[in-house]
Amino acid sequence: MSIIYMLLAISVIVAIIFFIAFVVSVKKGQYDDVYTPSVRMLFDDELVKPDAKENQPLNKVKSN
Amino acid sequence: MESCFHCGEDCQEELINFDEKSFCCSGCKTVYEILNSNDLSYYYDLQSSPGTSPKLSEGKFSYLDNSEIAEKLLEFDHEGTQIASFTIPSIHCSSCIWILENLGRLHKGVKSSQVDFPRKKIRISFSSEELSLKELVVMLARIGYEPNISLENYEEKETSVDRSLIYKLGVAGFAFGNIMFLSFPEYFEMNEFWLEKFKHLFRWLMFAFSLPVVFYSGKDYFISAFKGLRSGLLNIDVPIALGITVLFLRSTAEIVLDLGTGFFDSLSGLVFFLLLGKFFQQKTYSFLSFERDYKSYFPIAVTRISMENGQTKEEQVQVFNIKKGDHIIIRNEELIPMDAILIKGDASIDYSFVTGEAQPVSKKMGDKVFAGGRQQGGIIELEALRSVQQSYLTELWSDEVFSKDKNSQFHNLTNQISRRFTYAVLGIAILAAIFWMFYDSSKAWNVFTAVLIIACPCAIALAAPFTLGNMLRIFGRNHLYLKDANIIEKMAQVDTVVFDKTGTITANDNGSIEYEGLELTEDEKQLLGGSLRASNHPLSRSLYKILDRNNISTPESFKEHTGKGLETSYKELNLKIGSHAFVANSQNTNTEARAQVNPQKTSVFISCNDQYKGCFSFHNSYREGLSDLLNELSENKQLIILSGDNDGEKDRLKKILPKDTKMYFDQKPGNKLQFIKDLQEKNRKVMMVGDGLNDAGALAQSDVGIVISEDINVFSPACDGILDARRFSELGKFFRLSEKSISIIRISFLLSLCYNVVGLGFAVSGNLMPVVAAILMPLSSISIVAFTTLATQFVSKKSSKNEIRS
Repeated sequence: MSIIYMLLAISVIVAIIFFIAFVVSVKKGQYDDVYTPSVRMLFDDELVKPDAKENQPLNKVKSN
Repeated sequence: MESCFHCGEDCQEELINFDEKSFCCSGCKTVYEILNSNDLSYYYDLQSSPGTSPKLSEGKFSYLDNSEIAEKLLEFDHEGTQIASFTIPSIHCSSCIWILENLGRLHKGVKSSQVDFPRKKIRISFSSEELSLKELVVMLARIGYEPNISLENYEEKETSVDRSLIYKLGVAGFAFGNIMFLSFPEYFEMNEFWLEKFKHLFRWLMFAFSLPVVFYSGKDYFISAFKGLRSGLLNIDVPIALGITVLFLRSTAEIVLDLGTGFFDSLSGLVFFLLLGKFFQQKTYSFLSFERDYKSYFPIAVTRISMENGQTKEEQVQVFNIKKGDHIIIRNEELIPMDAILIKGDASIDYSFVTGEAQPVSKKMGDKVFAGGRQQGGIIELEALRSVQQSYLTELWSDEVFSKDKNSQFHNLTNQISRRFTYAVLGIAILAAIFWMFYDSSKAWNVFTAVLIIACPCAIALAAPFTLGNMLRIFGRNHLYLKDANIIEKMAQVDTVVFDKTGTITANDNGSIEYEGLELTEDEKQLLGGSLRASNHPLSRSLYKILDRNNISTPESFKEHTGKGLETSYKELNLKIGSHAFVANSQNTNTEARAQVNPQKTSVFISCNDQYKGCFSFHNSYREGLSDLLNELSENKQLIILSGDNDGEKDRLKKILPKDTKMYFDQKPGNKLQFIKDLQEKNRKVMMVGDGLNDAGALAQSDVGIVISEDINVFSPACDGILDARRFSELGKFFRLSEKSISIIRISFLLSLCYNVVGLGFAVSGNLMPVVAAILMPLSSISIVAFTTLATQFVSKKSSKNEIRS
């Protein structure tokens, strides 16, 4: 049954690690702006567009 | 009508076709060209017509060449890398984020840029060798994202964000979860071997987890309770602090003496829920500022001219460095930063924001001009009479009302009730203890502490934060942005509403224009249109906007007499447009025209071939629904109009307003402040509704100061709330909702008292088990949160439904 000591120690340590991670992320300002990153991640698609245009000019459908 | 491909506005004044797309002005077209040629047209794919039409006046940012000023604006400057942060009011959509974060493709000097959308801020890191700060700002302005740089930026100090509440909440939540986990086995009290063996370890672990909860997360309650007691006030934090203390001490005693598990779970849960309530109430609109003074309205620098060796020298100087006697230059649309005397040029100064006067004022050489006015027209030269801080307008901010904390004098509903509550709880605890002392003295201590524990007013303390926090969000969705949740409680108590006139109950657009006199012929109308188009005078601009613009004849001769009027001709027609003196002067005395002269009214007179025709009179146009709103409010509130303008509109106002409305005109900013103070001394709860800098004192003095704003992104003076001008007519609805919120809080109090009675039943009879406390406390808190949330949603839904029906 003494395994429970180890399990307890591990669970408390894991919990404290997560807690420290939370405090650090707050301190770094990760939660100061929670909106912009959600928009920003959608932009990544566009970055390939200029290359695609140059490589396959024939496939380019006339844009509006 | 076609709408602009760039900004989405209707192409009203002109229509430019370019690249198979239509644009409303050349500014928008230029932005499109810039973006398109730099392969940034994805901007338009992301969101249709995302742009803002650029308004860049020549030389506006030349002060950034002054290295002393530029240095102040930079956050970081080292080895060729500079970092600057700007507020850009026109950030409004995902396209804006994209384009601003891809500035590097527009100019290779930009290394990186990051947008903070909620705050409408951008942080740009750039190479100082390839790009100067001024070039960067001009580049932003050219694509329609003009940064807002004001005197405030110059003085800005490092603001540290207070995140302590999040930490406290995190600690409490962390401990709460773990303690619940550890106390679970003992809830069921099964006499198993392993439980007996490990329970001491579990209990001491819980004790360890509860230490940071009591001494870190809960420390504000102790501080606040102590402060309250010292000033003889039993605020809600007193019973809370008492509850926390008793919980902790009794639980510790229990595990030390091996009597039981203690109440660590309830303790941490209590603190966690209380902090959650605080956190919820703390809704902030990060893109708005409620603390602004004249500094965020005033420019950072002006052009000073000085004579040096017989040559005039122009230089950009920080406004605080302007001394009495210095000569400065103000261009079109620039702000006059200090009281001064006009030396050269013709000034037409728009004081609407500062004094409440609706129309621009013309000034001649030698006239005194006051700080805060905006020049409209050509370049003028001024001689400073006072420094910025000592000017007529800015002196208002030295009044003590601006350094006072309004909230400290306010006793909210929760604190009112906590007084009686605390006495009652202490009474019951002592009575119960005395009873048990005689009946079974071993239990007396137990019962005494149990009463204090179970009566800890967690649910009462949560009722107001959740109700008001919810309401705050509902108000925000309806475009009334409040500084904090307490304002709603204050709003419910308001019995006097004071309105400013210009910009508050009148709309900021051109107003309505009325023509009196002989009817104009078609030819005359056409020439009038053409003449007005050529003139830059603000009155001409507003008159031009209402005329039919399809048939316009360009005048053959055009002469503008500044300060007087226009003289134009086309074929045989000869028009004179302008002031009464100018138009009537050239002809024999005209009785008809003289009859129409009303010094209080703004009018433009017209004569054709020296024959008097008539005059256009400008009226304020009042906001839609004003009359209905005021009639509704006058049912239970005293209404007052407090205007900085003259009483020219008095008769018109009388027709619109409810009968018992009082009106005061020609009020200076200081008068307004004093007026509110006098009302408050008569025990009135005053709401001030204003818009300009001249209302700043009154807004700060009043119990609730609301600013009406056409565009919530532009400057508004310090206040308690900002209301979108389009929602002005709904002010009555906000009053109703705030009153409803108070009823909801009262009902929640009753509800939580019921829980307390049940809990006290357990406590007084001496059977308070930890598991009962652990169930009862979260249950009461959660049900109060659920009740207030549902009730506020219901109330707001109902009121918006009524709106549609009526």
